[in-house]
Parts: sequence; C-alpha cells; structure tokens
Amino acid sequence: MITGTLAIGLAHYLTVAAILFTLGIFGIFLNRKNLIVIMMSIELMLLAVNLNLVAFSAFLGDLVGQVFTMLVLTVAAAEAAIGLAIVVVFYRNRRSIEVEDINKLKG
Amino acid sequence: MMNAVPDFAPAFPEIMLVLAGMVFLLFGVLRERDSMQLLTGAVIAAMLIAGVLILRQPDTGAVTFGGLFLINGFTGFAKLLTLGGAMLTLVLINNWAQTAGTARFEIPILVLFATVGMLLMISANDLIALYVGLELQSLSLYVLAAVHRSDLRATEAGVKYFVLGALASGLLLYGMSLVYGFAGTTTFAGLATATASGGNIGVLIGIVFIIAGLSFKVSAVPFHMWTPDVYEGAPTPITAFFSVAPKIAGLALFLRVLYGPFGPMLHQWQQVIVAISVLSMAWGAIAAIAQRNIKRLMAYSSIGHVGYALIGLATGTLEGARGMLFYMLIYIVMNVGTFACIMAMRVNGKAVEDISALSGLARTRPMMAAGLAALMFSMAGIPPLAGIWGKFYIFMAAVNAGLIVLAVLGVLASAIGAFYYLRVVKIMYFDEVGPVIERPNAVTGTLIAVCSVAMLAFFIVPSPLVDSAAVAAKSLFPG
Repeated sequence: MITGTLAIGLAHYLTVAAILFTLGIFGIFLNRKNLIVIMMSIELMLLAVNLNLVAFSAFLGDLVGQVFTMLVLTVAAAEAAIGLAIVVVFYRNRRSIEVEDINKLKG
Repeated sequence: MMNAVPDFAPAFPEIMLVLAGMVFLLFGVLRERDSMQLLTGAVIAAMLIAGVLILRQPDTGAVTFGGLFLINGFTGFAKLLTLGGAMLTLVLINNWAQTAGTARFEIPILVLFATVGMLLMISANDLIALYVGLELQSLSLYVLAAVHRSDLRATEAGVKYFVLGALASGLLLYGMSLVYGFAGTTTFAGLATATASGGNIGVLIGIVFIIAGLSFKVSAVPFHMWTPDVYEGAPTPITAFFSVAPKIAGLALFLRVLYGPFGPMLHQWQQVIVAISVLSMAWGAIAAIAQRNIKRLMAYSSIGHVGYALIGLATGTLEGARGMLFYMLIYIVMNVGTFACIMAMRVNGKAVEDISALSGLARTRPMMAAGLAALMFSMAGIPPLAGIWGKFYIFMAAVNAGLIVLAVLGVLASAIGAFYYLRVVKIMYFDEVGPVIERPNAVTGTLIAVCSVAMLAFFIVPSPLVDSAAVAAKSLFPG
C-alpha cells in the first residue's frame, strides 16, 4: 500500500485528464498534416472527459459518472464512424486528406 | 420513487417520431425505386402528428424516465417552433433534390432524426439526456452537410462541420464532467439545489465550458468560424435547415440550462453571455459587409441574429425569455423566405450565389424582388415589418433588466447591419439589369410569397403570438 503524499488522489487524475484534453485541442488547431490526426485528437479529448468522469465517480461514490462514461464511449464510436465516412467521401473528391488541401471554401 | 415501468406518455411524440423514422428507413431500403418524394411527405405527416400530440399535452407539465425527461409549456412552444422550421425546410429540400437530380431517400429521414435530437435536447432534464439528444442532432447534421457526395464543396463543408462540431461536443462534455464532479449530480433539479448557495469555482469553470460548447452549436462569436464555410458549401436548402431548426433548439436549450440548473448563478454567467452577445452582433454586422456570396452573407446575418437573441438570455428575466422566443418565431419565417429566394436564383438552369446576379431583378422579376425586399427590410428591422417587433421586445427586456449599454450596442449593431441588407435591395432596384433569373418554381414561389406577406402583415396580429410566447416563457420560472 502506498500511503501519505505518494497516494494517487483525485487531483492527479484531474491533472492528467486536463493535460490530455489540452493536447487534444492543440492537436486540432496546430496540426497541419492530416485529417486522421485530427480524428485522433478528438478521441483524445473525449477520453480525457471519460477519465474525469470515472475519477469523479470513484471520488463521490456515485455510479452516475460511470453510466455517463458508457454513453460517451458509445457516442464516440458513432462519431468516429461518421467522421471517417465523411473523410472517405472527401478523399474521393479531393484525392487527399491533407489539412492544407481543405481550402476550397475560404475562411 | 422510481417506477418499474416509466410513464411513456410525456415522451410519446418523440417515441412516435423515432419509430416512424425506423419504419421509413426500412421502407426506403426495401423499395427498388427511390422514394424521396414519398418519404418527404411521410416525414412531414409524422411531424404534423407529433405537433398535434405536443399541442394536446397538459399545460401543467410532467417529468418522466426517472427525471431525465421534462415537458412543460416552454418545451412545447420550442418544440413546435423547431418542428415548424423543419417542415418548411423539408419542403425546400425535396424541391431542390428533385430538380438537382440528387434525390435520396435518406435525406428526409436524416432530417427527421436530427429533429428528434433537437426535441430531446429541448426536453432534457439531466446533463446525460442533454448530451445524447445533442449528439443525435449533431451526427445527423454532419451527414446532411456532406449529403451531396460527389460535390467537393459539400464534402469539404461536411469535414469542417464535423471537426469543429466534435471539438464543441468535447468542450461541452468537459464542462459537464466538471459540473458533475464539483456539484455531485447531473440532474437539473439537483444542480439547481447545489448551486443555490452560489456554487463553487469548479462548477463555474464547468459552466463556462458548457456555454462555449453551446455557443458553437448556435454559431455565436467567438465560436462561429465554421458557419460561413458550412453555409456556403452545403446545398442551399440544407443550409436553410441548418440556419433554422438547430438554432431554435440550441437557443431553447441555452435558456433551459442557464435559467434552470444554473439560474442561481446568474451573476456569474451573465457577463459571459453579454460578451458573446455583443461580439456576435458586432461581427455579424461588420464581417457581412465585405461578402459577395449571398449564402455567406446569410451566415453572418444569422450570427448577428443569434447575438440579438442572446440579449434576451443575458437578462435572466421572464421578459427576456419571452422576447427571445418571439424573436426566434419571426427569425424562422424570415430565414425560410430568404432561402427560398436564394434557391430561386437560377440562371440558365444553374444556381448562382453571387449577390451581383440579383442586379436589376426588380425589372425582370418584380414579384420576386418585392418579396426579397420585404424580407430584407424585415431582417434590417425597418418598421412596420415583423423584424422590428422581435428586436423591440428584446431591447425592451434588456432596458428593463438594467442592461442599457447592451441594448444601445444592439441598436448600433442593427444600424450597421441594415447597411448590407439594404445594399441587396439597392442592387435589385437601382442597378443595371444583369443576368436574367429564371421564374421561381411553384414551391419556392409560394414560400417566398407566404413568408414576405407574413412579414408585411405581421403588425396586424402581434399580440396573440407575443402572449403565447409569454405563457411559454412563464414555465421556465416555476413558483
């Protein structure tokens, strides 16, 4: 048993989740390479949220957080499927999934 | 407290729509020929039935599914608005798909599922129910944006909408996880109790994230960057749908969430909403001036309109909520009419989107020009057209709530915004005759006529509509 200052508490989980979430956001905005990397970043954000929810659920002794996590996982799977489908149609028209090539609409 | 079998009656309209959607999907898959026309009719009929069922629900309201789902006068009103916007745009979508040769039976069914998602999020009484409803809506909308598969611009709009929409969902969820952790519950009733004493910093950060996520969905500045691109890239009638139904549902959800569970923290979130509202009004007015493409113009126009509607939210009062509902009612009619005009902009069988294509329209198509002019005057807020009434109730609510600076900024922004609406009118009436625009077909012609006459004749009967909006807003403030 690890006790005292070495014990992993709620704050540690929240910090890891916050770091993962920030990495996800930066992955979307700073990435100039590839759409698949953006999809991975989105997944990273959702998993950070799940980590938060499970940590809170354990901390509060309340099951609702884990139920929420299950739903988030399910929706994330549906979201990834739809996202990949849209990327595939885009690739068929553009022959590329480079982020730089998403430029037909200005802005 | 929790029964073995929940009471299905309050959610019956939604359950009926979902079942109808699945039956239609089976029908569309099994039928050899494309059945878009038929299924559009069926979806509109199902939505009409749902509307009647919602009208017949008791005014007293009800909560079911263990507190996840709530109906009252407010949800009923917002749902009827959403269904109305969805039905009107479905007519446009069907008209476009038949003429453009892109008829696919999935389109009306996707619209149906998106609408069910909106109804569920309006009725959500728990963060989990809110999230699931919102995602059902968003996922259907991503597909709808890219539904014209062989068109590069439409698929690019789909990619952009998906990436930024997923980012927004992530922000929203992160906020929800913080609220859950620091308040200890996800139910709206529980959150209202937990925040009654003022809440703590964790909940407040969570609320800010939730506001950011919802602002993405209603395209308020600074979370608006997807809007012009998606509006331009997506097929025009799909854009009309994007600009109407999800906006109403998103703003209704904003009202439910901020007035309900987070109502006691009004003074903490009020400044955030004021800032978002001012930025949206200003950017919607200024950025639109440089636009050449009418769909991009409409994107900035809808950003501006969301800014005005958010003034009502920022007041935190019953009057503000009433003004906001009333504003959205007028906004639907204005937008559907304008998009019917944009769909009618066809030269030699091809759709044109450049504003200059409208030059001299008053001489070649006087009726269409008059209709579009009425809609533009209404958007600009010129009396006695309908648009000014919506703005009037919103600004009055802001003044009465002590947000005088906000009301003044709103009036200034609508004066700047009037410039680009009136420029469209100027191009139609005073410029040299340009390319001859084809005669609008029966469907778009009728919609243009109905919407513009509604704008013109509106001042005759404003009070019953204002009253019903007031009754609806009242159920946001129990006790």
